[in-house]
Formats: sequence, C-alpha cells, structure tokens
Amino acid sequence: MHPAISVIAFTTLSGAGFGLWAWLGLRIAFGGPPGMYEGIGWAIGLLAAAVLVAIGLASSFLHLGRPARAWRAFSQWRTSWLSREALLAVACFGAMATVFAVGRSGFHPLLLRGAGGLLAVLSLATVCSTAMIYASLRPIPAWSHRLVVPAYAGFALLQGALLLPTFTSTALARGGLWWTSLALVIGLAAAKLRYWADIDRGPDMPTRGQAIGLPHRRATVFEHPHTEANYITREMAFVVARRHARLLRGVALGLFALLPLVLLGLAAARPATSIWALPLAAACSLAGALVERWLFFAEAKHMVTLYY
Amino acid sequence: MAEPALDLSPSPGDEARTTTCYMCACRCGIKVWLQDGQVRYIQGNREHPVNHGVLCAKGAAGIMQHNSPARLRKPLLRVGERGSGEFREIEWDEALDLATSWLKPIRARNPDELAFFTGRDQSQALTGWWAQQFGTVNYAAHGGFCSVNMAAGGLYSVGGSFWEFGEPDWEHTRLLMLWGVAEDHDSNPIKLGLGKLKARGARIIAVNPVRSGYGAIADEWIGIRPGSDGLFAFALVHELLRMDRIDLEFLVRHANAHWLVIDNPGGGDDGLFARDAEGNALCWNTQANATTDANAIDIAPAVVGEYMLPDGRKARPVFQLIVDRYLDPRYSPDAVSERCGIPANTIRRIARELAEAAFDSNLTLPIAWTDSWGREHAEMVGRPVAMHAMRGISAHSNGFHTCRALHLLQLLLGAVDAPGSFRYQPPFPKPVPPANRPGRTRKADGVLDAPPLGFVHGPEDLVVDAQGRPRRIDHAYSWAYPLAAHGMMHTVIRNAWAGDPYKIDTLMMFMANMSWNSAMNTGETMRWLTDRDEAGEYRIPRIIYSDAYASEMVAYADLVLPDTTYLERFDAISLLDRPISDADGASDAIRHPVLAPETQDVEGRPRDVRGFQSVLIELGARLGLPGLANDDGTPKYRDYADYIVRHERAPGVGLLAGWRGEHGESHGKGAPNPGQLQRYIDNGGFWREELPEHARYFKMANRGYLQWAQRFGFVPNDAPIVLQLYSETLQRFRLAAQGHGAIQPPPGHRERVATYFDPLPIWYEPFEHEQASRTRFPLDAVTQRPMFMYHAWGSQNAWLRQIAARNVLYLHPETGATHGIADEDWIEVCSHNGSIRVQAKFAANVQADTVWTWNAIGKRKGAWRLAKDAPESGRGFLLNHLVSDLTPRGDYANADPVTGQAAWFDLRVSIRKAAAGSAAVSAPQFPPLGFDQADPAPLRYGAGFRRGKRR
Amino acid sequence: MTMLPPPSKVKLGLVIDLDTCVGCHACATSCKAWNSGGISGPLTDEDPYGKHPRGVWFNRVHGYELEADAATRQPAQTLHFPRSCLHCETPACVTVCPTGASYKRAEDGIVLVDADKCIGCKLCSWACPYGAREFSETEGVMKKCTLCVDRIYNEKLDAGDRQPACVQACPTRARHFGDLGDPRSDVSKLVAERGGVALMPELGYAPVNRYLPPRPRRVGEHTHQQPARTDANAGSLTQRWLNRLLKR
Ligand SMILES: Nc1nc2c(c(=O)[nH]1)N[C@H]1C(S)=C(S)[C@@H](COP(=O)(O)OP(=O)(O)OC[C@H]3O[C@@H](n4cnc5c(=O)[nH]c(N)nc54)[C@H](O)[C@@H]3O)O[C@H]1N2
Ligand SMILES: Nc1nc2c(c(=O)[nH]1)N[C@H]1C(S)=C(S)[C@@H](COP(=O)(O)OP(=O)(O)OC[C@H]3O[C@@H](n4cnc5c(=O)[nH]c(N)nc54)[C@H](O)[C@@H]3O)O[C@H]1N2
Ligand code: SF4
Ligand code: SF4
Ligand code: SF4
Ligand code: SF4
Ligand code: SF4
Ligand SMILES: [Mo]
Repeated sequence: MHPAISVIAFTTLSGAGFGLWAWLGLRIAFGGPPGMYEGIGWAIGLLAAAVLVAIGLASSFLHLGRPARAWRAFSQWRTSWLSREALLAVACFGAMATVFAVGRSGFHPLLLRGAGGLLAVLSLATVCSTAMIYASLRPIPAWSHRLVVPAYAGFALLQGALLLPTFTSTALARGGLWWTSLALVIGLAAAKLRYWADIDRGPDMPTRGQAIGLPHRRATVFEHPHTEANYITREMAFVVARRHARLLRGVALGLFALLPLVLLGLAAARPATSIWALPLAAACSLAGALVERWLFFAEAKHMVTLYY
Repeated sequence: MAEPALDLSPSPGDEARTTTCYMCACRCGIKVWLQDGQVRYIQGNREHPVNHGVLCAKGAAGIMQHNSPARLRKPLLRVGERGSGEFREIEWDEALDLATSWLKPIRARNPDELAFFTGRDQSQALTGWWAQQFGTVNYAAHGGFCSVNMAAGGLYSVGGSFWEFGEPDWEHTRLLMLWGVAEDHDSNPIKLGLGKLKARGARIIAVNPVRSGYGAIADEWIGIRPGSDGLFAFALVHELLRMDRIDLEFLVRHANAHWLVIDNPGGGDDGLFARDAEGNALCWNTQANATTDANAIDIAPAVVGEYMLPDGRKARPVFQLIVDRYLDPRYSPDAVSERCGIPANTIRRIARELAEAAFDSNLTLPIAWTDSWGREHAEMVGRPVAMHAMRGISAHSNGFHTCRALHLLQLLLGAVDAPGSFRYQPPFPKPVPPANRPGRTRKADGVLDAPPLGFVHGPEDLVVDAQGRPRRIDHAYSWAYPLAAHGMMHTVIRNAWAGDPYKIDTLMMFMANMSWNSAMNTGETMRWLTDRDEAGEYRIPRIIYSDAYASEMVAYADLVLPDTTYLERFDAISLLDRPISDADGASDAIRHPVLAPETQDVEGRPRDVRGFQSVLIELGARLGLPGLANDDGTPKYRDYADYIVRHERAPGVGLLAGWRGEHGESHGKGAPNPGQLQRYIDNGGFWREELPEHARYFKMANRGYLQWAQRFGFVPNDAPIVLQLYSETLQRFRLAAQGHGAIQPPPGHRERVATYFDPLPIWYEPFEHEQASRTRFPLDAVTQRPMFMYHAWGSQNAWLRQIAARNVLYLHPETGATHGIADEDWIEVCSHNGSIRVQAKFAANVQADTVWTWNAIGKRKGAWRLAKDAPESGRGFLLNHLVSDLTPRGDYANADPVTGQAAWFDLRVSIRKAAAGSAAVSAPQFPPLGFDQADPAPLRYGAGFRRGKRR
Repeated sequence: MTMLPPPSKVKLGLVIDLDTCVGCHACATSCKAWNSGGISGPLTDEDPYGKHPRGVWFNRVHGYELEADAATRQPAQTLHFPRSCLHCETPACVTVCPTGASYKRAEDGIVLVDADKCIGCKLCSWACPYGAREFSETEGVMKKCTLCVDRIYNEKLDAGDRQPACVQACPTRARHFGDLGDPRSDVSKLVAERGGVALMPELGYAPVNRYLPPRPRRVGEHTHQQPARTDANAGSLTQRWLNRLLKR
C-alpha cells in the first residue's frame, strides 16, 4: 500500500496524543487528589496531547479528496471504523474539555475523576478504532493481522507513558510507570518482531488462479490493462525492496525500542536525567513509529496485486 | 438515511445521428449522441449490417479522437526545414492557389511528374479516378504494403479473397482455421463471428507464432515459424490427397481441375490450357474418349492421366499436375515438420480433422437452388470447414503463393462458398482475374485510358516502356513486380529521391504516415524526404500532404491540407472501392457531418479545415481536369457530397448503389437521385440489399446469384466463374521469361519471373530468411495489431494511450535464457538493416524463435502534440527501423516478387543485452518535432453533460 | 446508508465469458465513454497527453498466461480477464464508508457511490479486494462501476439500448447482463450451464457477478486416431482417380 505521508503523520501523531491523554486521564481518575497535582503541568499535558491529536487530524484532512465535507464522516458509526474513530476523536476533545473545565473551575473530585477516566477510555478506544480501520480490511492480509490493534495501542500507550512524567512529575518515572514503560517497550518490540516474521512468511493470500476464478490453474501476467501507473497501482501495488525494508525495520526497532530502553535505563540509574531522557525516549519512539508506520503501509500487499 | 434519489432516465443527449465509424477500416455503423453541440456518447448501430450494434475499443473511444488536441486547424505552409515541423498558417485560398500553381504546369508538361499516393482510406473510388483525370500513372493507395498478397492471391485464384472480400460461414462452420490473423479489417464481424462459433461449440485452430487475441480463445494453437505456412498448407494438401479425402466433384464442377494443360517443354504453348478454335479450354471426356469443352456439362472429365490432343500435342489435366507436385515426399508432414515447427503427427491429425469436418459432417441446408447450367438442386450440401487468413500470410515475400496454397487447400475440400465454408461477399466473386486492367496511355485530353490500378492479364498489360523498364515511380506492374495490383507505396519515397526511373516534381499524399510507422527503413526514409541535390534543392521538390492530425508525416510536407475528423464530413463507403458487404447481402454506406468543424475548436482556437475529398474536387476544377470542370471552366461539382450524388462512373452507376433513380426507386443502377444522401441518412447511414436465400451459396455458379449480381453490375454476365487452381495468367509471364512471345522481360529479370510465376502454388524461403545469415540473425521478428489502437493515430487518444503508451519486445523465456537476457532487460535488436534498443519482456505464448511487439505504439518525440517526455517516444519503439525496404542483397524491394507486397514480417534479427550503463530509453531517438505540446490540464470530459447537477 | 440493505430479491450483475473474451478492451472504453457523461461522470484523465497518462476507469482488461495443466489435460493458454465491480452482496467497500456515500441499492443490489457525499478518504477502495474502485485526483471523489444504472432503466433510450454500455459494445458478446437473483433468468441459466464462478468467495464478499471459465480446449479429440485410409502410393491413387467417374 502506498505510504501516504498524511496518513502516517496522522496515525503516529494522534496516536501519541491519545496515548498521553490516556495516561493523563488514568492519572486523574486514579491518582492522588487532583488538587495536589504538580502545578499546572497536567493542564499543559492535556493541551500538548490535544495539539498532537489536532496536528494528526489536520494532516489526515490532507489525505481527503474533499476535506470540506469531512463532517459527513460522523454519520456511519454503525458500520464504519473510520466514522467511529472520528466520533471518538471528537468525544475525546469533549472529555478533555470537561476535565479541563472541571479541573479549573473548582473542585468536583468525582466528576473530575469520572471525566479523566472517560478521557482515558475514549482515547484508547480512538486509537483502537484507528487500528481497526486497517485491521478490518481483509483484502490486505498484513493489516488484518491480529497484532495490528495491539501494536497501535502499544505505540500510543508507550509514547503517552514516556511523556506523562514530563507534564506531571518526573518522580512518576521511577515507580510503576517506569516498569510499565519497560514492559510496553519490550512488548511492542516483541509484537512487531513477531508481526514482521509473520508477514515475511507470506501473508495468507489467495493465488492468482483464485483471483481470476480458476483456482486450479497457475497463472502468470502477460499484459497489464495499462502500461503506465494508475490509481490502483500507485495506491495498492506499492513495492518496497526487501533490502530497504530490512534496513528500515532495524531503524524503527532501534528508534522505538532500543533507544528508549537505553534512555529508560539511564533515567533509572540517574534520576536527574529523566527530565530530558524521557521526552527524548518519547521522541525516539515517535520517530520509530513513523518509520514503522511507513513500513506498515509499504509492506502491506493488497489482494488487487494478484491481478497485476 | 435514505438512498439518494437518482435520475434513472437522464437524457442521453439532445439527438442521436447515425453515421459510419472511421477509427479503422472496418466501417461499423455508429449512433452519435450529441449534447450541447458536443459528442455525448458513441454507440454501435444495432441495425447496421457490419457490427450489429457492437463497437470495438477504438470506435467506443471516438470522443477522444474527435476532440484530439492534435487536430490540425488551418492549412499550413512550411517555414522551417522539412522535417522540423515549423509552419505558417495560411488561408485556404492561398493553399489552393499554391497547389494549383504547382500542379498545373505538371499536367501540361508530364502528368507522371505528380505522384499521388493515398493511405489506408476508403475513397479510392474518387482518388483513383482523380488521378486518371489528371493523367498520372503514379497513383496508388496503401494496399501494396498492406494486403495485396491476399487480394491478388484470391482474385487470381478464386475471384474473391480473404482480406475484405469474403468471410467464414459463421452460422454453419464446424472448424475454422485462422492463419496469421490478429485483428484484420473486419474487426467486429470477426469478433461477432468468433463469439458465434464459441456459442455453437465449433472448433477454432489458430495458426500463428503468437498466441494472443483470437488465438487465445482458439481450441488449438499452432505456433508456426513465420514464413512457413505455405509448407504447412502443402503438407495438409499432401495428406488430403494421400487419404483421398478431396472433393473431386467440386473441383471439376467449379474449378479447372480437369482442364488440360499442354505439355510441351520449351514450346511457346507449354503450360497453357489446351483450347478449341473458339478459345474454350478443353478437357478429356472419358465417356467419349475425346477432348471436349471443359465447361460443358454432363460430361465425365478425366482428372488424371496424359492425353493426346487432336493436333498431336500432349496434355495433362490440372489435377494430375497437382498430384505430381504435392504428393511428392518433400511435402509430406515429416519433411516440413521441422521448418514449420509443427510436429508431423499434428499435421496429419489436422488434415484428418479438416477432412472429417468437411465430408463427415453431413451438413445440408434445405434450400433449393439452380446452378449456372439450369440444373436444379433440392438442397445445398455443406463443407463446414472455413479458413481465414491475413497479414501473417500476406506480409511475407512468399505471401502470394502461400495465399494461393490456402485457396488450393480450400478448393480440395470443396470449401469455397459452400455452406459452412469461406463465403464470398458481393460484389465478389468476380471473373478470374478481374477484367479491369491498369491505365497506361493518355488520351488526347490528358486523361488516362483507365484508372491507374487494375489487374494485369499478361505481359502486354504491364506498365513498362519499350525496353521493359518500369514506367511507374513505384515500379508496380513492372517485370520486377508484375501483379502489383495495389501499387507499391513503400517504394515511392526512395524512388522519388533516387529519380528511379525518373524524377518527379510533386509528391501528393493523403492519410499515410510515411515518415514513420508506414515506412520501411524509417530513418532512411526521413533522410530521403529531406535530402538535397547538388544545387541545394530538395531531391523530392514538393510534397503536399493531407492529414487531419499533427502526425509525423505532417512535418515533412511543404503544404499541409488539414482534413476534418470523421464526424465532420461526407464520405462514401462505395461498392466501387472496398465494400462492406457481408456474405448475405450487398451494402454500402456514407459518412455525413454530424458536427460542423467550425464549432469544434482545439483548446479554444477555431478550426478552418475541409474534407480532403472536397478539396480534391475543387483542386481538380481549378486545374480544369476533364470530368471535374465544365467546358467553360466552372466546377462540375460543388463538393464531394455533390459528386457522390451526381457522378456516374458508367451510365446509372455511381459511388452509391442505394436509392438511385430520380425518386430513389431503383437500387444498384439508376439515374442520380438528388435526394440520395438524405435517404441514406434516414436509413441509418447505410444501404443493404439482402440476397435471396437461394443465392447465398455457390455464388460462382449459382444462377440466382449471378443474375442478381449482374443486375447490380457486379459481374458482366451470368456465366459461371471457374476457380483457378492452375493460373494460366502466371504461366504467361513464365513463358515470356523463358523467351516466348512479343513482350519479354529484360534479361536481368528473366530468372526471377520464370521462378516465381509458377502456375501452381509454390513455397520458397522468404528472401530475407534466405539472404541474411541464419547464424547472425537467428530470430524472426514480427508485429501485431493491438485491438485497441489504430496504427499511427491511436496514441493521440487520451483514453487509448492509457491502455498502452509504450511497447516492449516479447520473447520466450527460453529465448531470453539462450541469449543471456533477463525479463525487462533493455536489449539491442539488430537486423541486416540496423539496430534498435528496446525493453524485453518474457512471455511464453510465442513460438520460441520469434520475437514480437505491438505495431506503431512508438511515436516520434513531439508528434501528435504529446509531451516531449511521453512514454510513446521515450520507451515505445518501432520495428520499422530494422525492416529494410530492400532485400539484403539489395537487388529488389523487400517485397513479394509477384505482387510487390511489402514483406514486413520477413524480418530476421539478433538480440543481446544492451551495453551496461546504456539508458533506459529506446533508440534511435530523433530531434523532437516542432509542434507545441497539448494542454497538460486534466480532462474532465463529460462534466458539463450532467445538467442541473451541483458540482 | 453504509449499512447493507436486507438482501434484495433482484441481484443485477454481469456474467463474463472468459472462454470468448479476446481482450479487445471495447468494454473498457465504451464504459468510459458512457459514464464520462453519466451519473458518476466525469471519469477524469490526469496528464492526458503527458508523461504519466492516467485516469478513472470502471473496467480494465488483464491478460494472463495459464500454464498447461496435466491433471485436466489442458494446454497452456492465454486468458483475457476483464475486471470491474462485482456488485457484492456483502461488500466491505460499503460498510467501511464513513459518510454513507457508498451504498448498495435495496432494490436491485447495485453498489454505487454518491459523489456528492464522498469525502475521498479512499477507504472503500482499500476494502475492495478486486480493485474495482478508482479515485479521481481531479474531483477528489471515489468512482466505480454503476452497472450503468442510468442506462438499464433509462426510458429515454430504446428498449434495446437499455443495457450496460460494456455489454452492448462487447464485440464477441462475451458479456451478459441480467438478474442473478432469479434462477430462471438467462444469465442464471448460463451460469448454471457453464459452471460460472464467483471470484474469491472465501473472502465473504459474496460477489454477484459471475465469470464463465474457459471451456476445455479440444485438441484433436474428434478425430479417429487411425488415418482415414492407409498409405496409398501415388500410383494406386492415380489409378483410383482414373477409374472414378466424375460428372460435371
Ligand atoms: N512494422 C510494421 N509496420 C507496418 C505494418 C506492420 O504490420 N508492421 N503494417 C503496415 C500496414 S498494413 C499499414 S496499412 C500501414 C498503416 O500505416 P499508416 O498509413 O501510417 O496508418 P494510419 O494510422 O492509417 O495513419 C495514416 C495517417 O492518417 C491520418 N489520418 C487519420 N484520420 C484521418 C482523416 O480523417 N483524414 C486524413 N486526411 N488523415 C487522417 C493519421 O493522422 C496518420 O497520419 O502500416 C504499415 N506499417
Ligand atoms: N485494432 C486495429 N485493427 C486494425 C488495424 C490496426 O492498426 N489496429 N490495422 C488494419 C490494417 S491496415 C490491416 S492491414 C489489418 C491487418 O490485420 P491482421 O492481418 O490481423 O494484422 P497483423 O497484426 O499484422 O497480424 C498478423 C498476424 O500474423 C501473425 N504472423 C506473423 N507472421 C506469421 C506467419 O508467418 N505465419 C502465420 N500464420 N502468422 C504470422 C502475427 O503474429 C499476427 O498475429 O488490420 C486492420 N485492423
Ligand atoms: S472496428 Fe472499431 S474502429 Fe473499426 S470501424 Fe468498427 S467500431 Fe470503428
Ligand atoms: S467488487 Fe469491490 S467495489 Fe464492487 S461491491 Fe464488491 S467490494 Fe465493493
Ligand atoms: S472514498 Fe468516498 S465512498 Fe469511499 S469510503 Fe471514503 S467517503 Fe466513502
Ligand atoms: S456495467 Fe456500465 S459502469 Fe459497469 S463496467 Fe459495464 S459499462 Fe462500466
Ligand atoms: S469487450 Fe468483450 S471481448 Fe472485448 S475485452 Fe471486453 S469482454 Fe473481452
Ligand atoms: Mo494495412
């Protein structure tokens, strides 16, 4: 599949934003009394996440042929994951606004905790919906793989977890959150390695014979319907050289797993460094996600390629 | 949410007009829907006899052809160097004045200094007649490089031909053999027919080095080696004879199998038919044990043996000669198998299948008919084996004889115009050979005694001077190519450049892309067109050209006469020309303007173009040509439409056969009818007269048919037409070459004429195969027509070029491996004539010693107003650069020695991987033409037709 | 709209005969010609005369080589394969659509895009396994085969013209149109008779269109294996022909 920059930017940036929202929400829902939050960091965090999400959404608009009509995308939530994602994303902003309003305007602890919890749930749901857009597409076996949703969620949560201390308290970076981050990094790396191994084994594609209704015949291409590229071939018959893919996988893994691991280790060993080490780990992870997402598209084979 | 409300009955257009498609020579009926003065949609005319409502890819893309940005807008006068494509737009008056001023002195001085050659158009009934009025012998249309082998092979054998003059009996055949057909002129009828065969479960065998298109749906593919079909046919003949599975009754009834051939080696009568005092051919009547008129009935003619004529000469029936030749072991399946690349068992099997289909099918049609001798038959006995052949046979230098070999095969099976077999399309069959001879002498008024193209019957009809040298610029009808019935367009430019046999002044061409895809040796052709003599003048002093589009050839003209598109003019698809009849009826048709060119601008710039035929008529009037100007010098005809209606070729005979007579009451012959064109328009653009049922088969000897045909002027009388297994016409040439008769070839041509004018079909290696080294050039290279493109013009069509904007050279993977070539490598392809660089592509559906590509996808940079970096020029290519216009030996044109047909497919090549580091660009490349590039903005054609729709 | 309507009784679709298709592309260009000005028009063409010519088509014709198959004793073949929307009964192209622009008509099962609602998110084209949807860069919306819904019911056309443009044009008549929901329709009978297949049914999209597989190739099966007459030499043959009483 053609790795459209707009879509890659959207899923990665908004993913990070939703991840941060999810952790902030959880923190508000289950942490100490919100009034005792460290300064106004939490508010900045909420806004920073909103910016990430907003940039992501904006870039997703670039992907649309008719952005002005984007509002129509809210209507089909009963069947369409894209519609659900859109609704959930908006709901997230709603939840965030509530948290904000309630948090600033006084002290309604239950309401605030509730709103925080909601934000967390909606954020995660949004990320999962995004993932489901891809995971529900049977014509692209590499996307309908069972690890797609976990990986999308994993990236969001990892980046959120790495960013959270920056906005709340770096003290957090040493407790459960550190261990959580560690687990997320390792889990994510394992998931991606497994995923890549799976798709390398050849995704579960029908044969060309099946595609043309002659399952018992071996067919090779004689002539394409068009000698030059068109929408179908540009969009769905994108090919990335195996060599390149391997290299990029290494880069991605280094960025979203190895470097964050090192930085997490550093933060644990020298807590003072966590002030920059964790955000840096988040940035690495985000960069890794960009590469990973590019590959997620570039390496996915659409069944229409059977015809080409 | 509710479903959106759809308008399920939107207007398909303001009106629909029926006319005739022109995106190829098939000439299907179309219904053009117009909206807001633009073409909304083009569909097939369901009533039309050619296409019955279907369309091909080109016809359906007519919108983009009609709206092509490459359309010419105004007459053009060259300002830059020839070939640069730099012009000044001029007014029509200036253009016509100029043309008149060039042509008038020529006509006064020597009309032959005008060479008028037209392309693959369908107005030869006009253009040939115009040349005759002008008085030049130097006229031809494109047939010489196209399919004259098929036309002549058929017309000199069976009085009809595969080409466009016959068709398989789609309703009844059980076995169809397609020989070297990719698409053909009858594109849609063939496809409709194949569909019918498929539905009926009839078997189809494709004989073709490539298995694509029609071959893809055939039951069996015979991947023959190019140029060897004649041998394959002879082996089938051999087997049929050996099995005694032949239709001898048919052969003596309809062919000359029993005619006696004089056996007098060395004598001036050797090989001629024994004739009685009245000139009737004789046969041996076994009942009387005496010679008798071979055309008599109720006799028992001998077909084998040797007989003494009353005057003591010896003679043998034609069939005996056939037996002697083709039963010879050198034509056995085992002997030909290797050369043809067909297993001997397959050949034997196919021979059996042919015989079984022909003789064991027991197909009879319960239709009573009367033969030429008045005998009544209660039914029509079928021979449901049909053959169709085209340029795979034609485009070889042995194509004439190969075509005759196929007719021989058909005749042995009795499979000519019998139910289930090959069928004639009226006005065919014609007497063999057709009566009209080529014009040779000018009358006092400068008019040629006959149209320049015709059929020679013997050496006396050749167009040569007293020394036997060619009198035509193309050398057609000379001793080198005596039966060149369609002329030899492929030799004109070289000869005009070389002044061989003389210099001409003006080369006038119409609709032929002669500096590119229709040239052999394209690079040299461009040089000849631009070469200058010692005085610095162009060797070909003047070139006038009419095209509708900015083609490669336009760039080489001094004066360009811009034509209309096919939707903007009158045309006659005439029975005098290349008829569109089918086997069950005679048809002709018109084209009429469904849009006015003034309203059809190019990128907002207006057009001032005129139909070439009308221009020709005006030019003729300005030149004062008899037949085109009245005695007082005024024009005889207003324009082409007027000519179509009023011109009479012979009393009562005009371009159109329908609705003649003052009130349109008579068909075939009749006085001109002023309302004729309207009658055509009202009838959907065509006229068809259906044959009575009893006249539909055995047309060569069916009294009902022949009398019907005579009424229409298709045949001179209702005498049966005898099919010529043995051609006495050819023997006359051979005798001349052997030193007999008043007119003999110059010494240099004698051996050639004696060799190739064999009265029975022969097979020989195509010249290039024989003369070019087999080890240096081990592969055959051929082209095929893509079904979705028409030669030069397809690529300007925004839709068609999306299907193919580049071509590759297809080769078998094994061939690639042998030559160290990988799939999609760029390779060097060499012939004795040159080399090109192209991209290779593997495909296993080709005979392994053959490589091939689609024809004419490659374009010159800048032509057709395509972008300079269009794939057509950067990646696409022509094989034509490799195809020499001369044989490797250089002594003759690369052509058939009998008909002069261009031997495109004799090409032999070598291939090797292109040098490392060479660019992924096809070679050769030429400087871009000076036409400006078309507007690169996206097309939104049709957006405006959605009325009342928000956008 | 994105919800699929309950299965319709009428299931309009195409039946394409791969045994007869010669790969001429007439169906492809006739489709483009009609639909350019039709309800889903224009079918835009980007860079029409330039280096990267491309545009929207609803129908494209592929060419394949089939290897010989020993099991069924079929020789190697060349196969032409037209590909267009199959008007699936349970198509994800519709259900993924976030706007409702994609929908399946309840009445006859035709799957359409409402160009006025489409936001051009391209998701539906990803969801179609058959590559039947093409995006117009110029219009910013998705396009697809309409089954010529503006022809088949069009009262302004002669009854004989009320069929899809591709079906009408197809010169070998390899394309058939009709109601595949009605077992007695001509197309259903054709499918039954010729063993018509759906493409990749295992994906669960339930295509309505059917393809008729190539008929078995027959190479010489009708001939007796024995030569009709055993070797005759030229002499004995000539004798036979000499004794034959031929009447003219
Ligand atoms: N390698 C190779 N070369 C071949 C062949 C082959 O098989 N292989 N085939 C040969 C054969 S058989 C043929 S017939 C030739 C055909 O080759 P061409 O004669 O070159 O073919 P056309 O495409 O008919 O184009 C002739 C010209 O007619 C112009 N034209 C189109 N419509 C009109 C019109 O309405 N009016 C006017 N005035 N002009 C118009 C076009 O713009 C074009 O410039 O190619 C020959 N060349
Ligand atoms: N779509 C489309 N239709 C056209 C045209 C076009 O350009 N496009 N051009 C028109 C014109 S001008 C013409 S002349 C006709 C030509 O119509 P065809 O004769 O059908 O044209 P070609 O493509 O030249 O086909 C020749 C076929 O012969 C095969 N062949 C080559 N050598 C041999 C051989 O030695 N033996 C055998 N058995 N086969 C061989 C080739 O593989 C090819 O399939 O088509 C007309 N119709
Ligand atoms: S075959 Fe095609 S291009 Fe040729 S006349 Fe017919 S519809 Fe037109
Ligand atoms: S073929 Fe593709 S576009 Fe058509 S209905 Fe099925 S899934 Fe949708
Ligand atoms: S591109 Fe248009 S039709 Fe397709 S899913 Fe998106 S909104 Fe729906
Ligand atoms: S049914 Fe109509 S829209 Fe669909 S492929 Fe055929 S012509 Fe095109
Ligand atoms: S029009 Fe008919 S024969 Fe031609 S490609 Fe389409 S389906 Fe095949
Ligand atoms: Mo031709």
